[in-house]
Amino acid sequence: MREFLIQGLLHQPLTEPAPSADDAAIAEVARALADASRRKLGRSLSIREVDAGSCNGCELEIHALNNAFYDLERFGLRVVASPRHADVLMVTGPVTKNMREALERTYAATPNPKWVVAIGDCAFDGGVFAGSYACLGAVSEAIPVDLHIRGCPPDPIALLKGFIALVDSRI
Amino acid sequence: MKSLRDAMSNGRHVEQSRPWPRCVVDHTSWLRAVREISKGHGDMLSLWSDGADVHMAILDHESLQIGIITIECPDGCYPSGAHMHPPALRFERAIRDIYGLEAEGSSDRRRWLDHGRWGVRRPGAGPRPCAAAGDPYDFLAAENAPLHQIPVGPVHAGVIEPGHFRFSANGEIVVRLEERLGYVHKGVERLMVAAPLERAARLAGRVSGDSTVAYALAFAHTVEAALAIDVPRRAILLRALMAELERIANHVGDIGAICNDASFSLMHTHCGILRERVLRTARTCFGHRLMMDRIVPGGVAADLTPEGERTLRALLSEAGKLIPLFMRLYGDTTSLQDRTVGAGFLRPELATQYGCGGFIGRASGRSFDARRAPGYAPYAEFSFPIGAGSEGDVDARVWVRFDEVRASLVLIEQMLERLPAGPLLTENAPASGETLEGAALVEGFRGDIFAWVRIGATGAVERCHLRDPSWLQWPLLEAAIEGNIVADFPLLNKSFNCSYSGHDL
Ligand code: SF4
Repeated sequence: MREFLIQGLLHQPLTEPAPSADDAAIAEVARALADASRRKLGRSLSIREVDAGSCNGCELEIHALNNAFYDLERFGLRVVASPRHADVLMVTGPVTKNMREALERTYAATPNPKWVVAIGDCAFDGGVFAGSYACLGAVSEAIPVDLHIRGCPPDPIALLKGFIALVDSRI
Repeated sequence: MKSLRDAMSNGRHVEQSRPWPRCVVDHTSWLRAVREISKGHGDMLSLWSDGADVHMAILDHESLQIGIITIECPDGCYPSGAHMHPPALRFERAIRDIYGLEAEGSSDRRRWLDHGRWGVRRPGAGPRPCAAAGDPYDFLAAENAPLHQIPVGPVHAGVIEPGHFRFSANGEIVVRLEERLGYVHKGVERLMVAAPLERAARLAGRVSGDSTVAYALAFAHTVEAALAIDVPRRAILLRALMAELERIANHVGDIGAICNDASFSLMHTHCGILRERVLRTARTCFGHRLMMDRIVPGGVAADLTPEGERTLRALLSEAGKLIPLFMRLYGDTTSLQDRTVGAGFLRPELATQYGCGGFIGRASGRSFDARRAPGYAPYAEFSFPIGAGSEGDVDARVWVRFDEVRASLVLIEQMLERLPAGPLLTENAPASGETLEGAALVEGFRGDIFAWVRIGATGAVERCHLRDPSWLQWPLLEAAIEGNIVADFPLLNKSFNCSYSGHDL
């Protein structure tokens, strides 16, 4: 373990801008998000994720937001464990009918003011699952949506950009 | 398995089934087959319906051959096998929910995927409208003090999929866990009906996003078997390469997440970085981080460029250095081992009985890997170790996954060496005017995915069945948690990492 800790101390943080196109894109998005979140939120926004029938692909990319490359928390955006602690609900999936009530109750349990971000093509219009007897077909069919982030799944940069848009224009 | 051999020689053969034979059998032969499976002569790979008949895919232990038997259900029922072979139970319940076919004699008549929310009953066979208010569900009761029940879910505390867990606990100790799944049921089997192959492939790739490559491959194999399509060699190798990348990404991510659930975030951070590098490499190589829709019936939809190959080789060399370090870090951290060793023990008998695939089965002594047997191209030409263990605890499952990551790294290296130039796709033949069937078994990171398709005269899908490995793993989580403390559930659950979406379909 010592090795890893020492290595951690000596190495440059991964979140530092690096020459590759990818990392430059992150750095740019990161600056914009940091700026917006400082101005508007004093750097604190709590997000609660609800999977309303996703294939779990969107969850994988949401998870990636927490890795050292994207490090969502440095912007003051935190994923929290309960809707009672949340300002933003991040919803994925085509809203299966079996999840509808759970989603509505989670929404009801989130204190005002609150915002809903629908993530992925499924959450937008049901994606490939549109038209199924088992799906509502869009998050907006169940609860009001403030912002859509499209993609199947949207990659972490797209997610970060979405959050900038949310913080900038809605909050 | 005698009953399977008999069925195959006496039953009515369905001509168009490839690559494995399918036979229509009677009531008695059906039950004989289940009995032999229950005695350990074979594995029940899957049990499903097409709306009219019920099918069972069986892996015969003796011959290592797969066969499919079919029972016709003109009266809307067939004999339940769950009393002899419990793994059949949830399949039978799901068949009833979707197609209304009754498993006669089943002891559990509760609905499984149907929560009474669809507004219809049996959507697969003449849907009947009904109220969508939700059905009550009878969980097994916790009888008498000091037992109490803890309901958890469907919405969980982390960024994970939804499902309900009902714990009966004695103080801190879990006496029983009962799962209720189906929350993310999307009706995929029905969406498949009449779907053109291209759309069907996209759907298959979204049954469980973390296994999108494996699902796309399984679906492609079924179509290629049914239509007798030869896939170009470059495509075969690229597919396998994607599948191994997917395996590495998932194993690495999950090992980190397991350690994180034991509050060891250092490992989580490092695994997260490596996983991200794998995903970026996947995007550079194939244009999508999860490699969705890159495998299509007939071949692949993305080529590996020289630049992609360089990136991939760089990843291999980096991961090759990191993985042994991770293994040391994991093995040397005693506070972590304190949580994982001995926790969530899955008895080998249960793994065998359920035909439990993947690292869960392999950590409990069931050394099955679909890449080896029944096997599919190109794996026969590579020698690679498959992870193995017998301890059956969280720790063993982690080690098996480490071993598999190492094996996959070597495999990719070898595949790159042998990658020939050449075409990427064999065009699908025009619709043949006949009904054709294909089946496949593909090893995803989680275990073997069974897929079956019937293609109609027009060339579109008539029926498709996709069985996630989780079907045979979820029930075992209920067994593995027994006697552990409630607070260890997240750790155990992560060490299984079953797919909700893959199961609920
Ligand atoms: S948008 Fe795509 S990745 Fe996200 S849940 Fe839907 S199918 Fe899965």
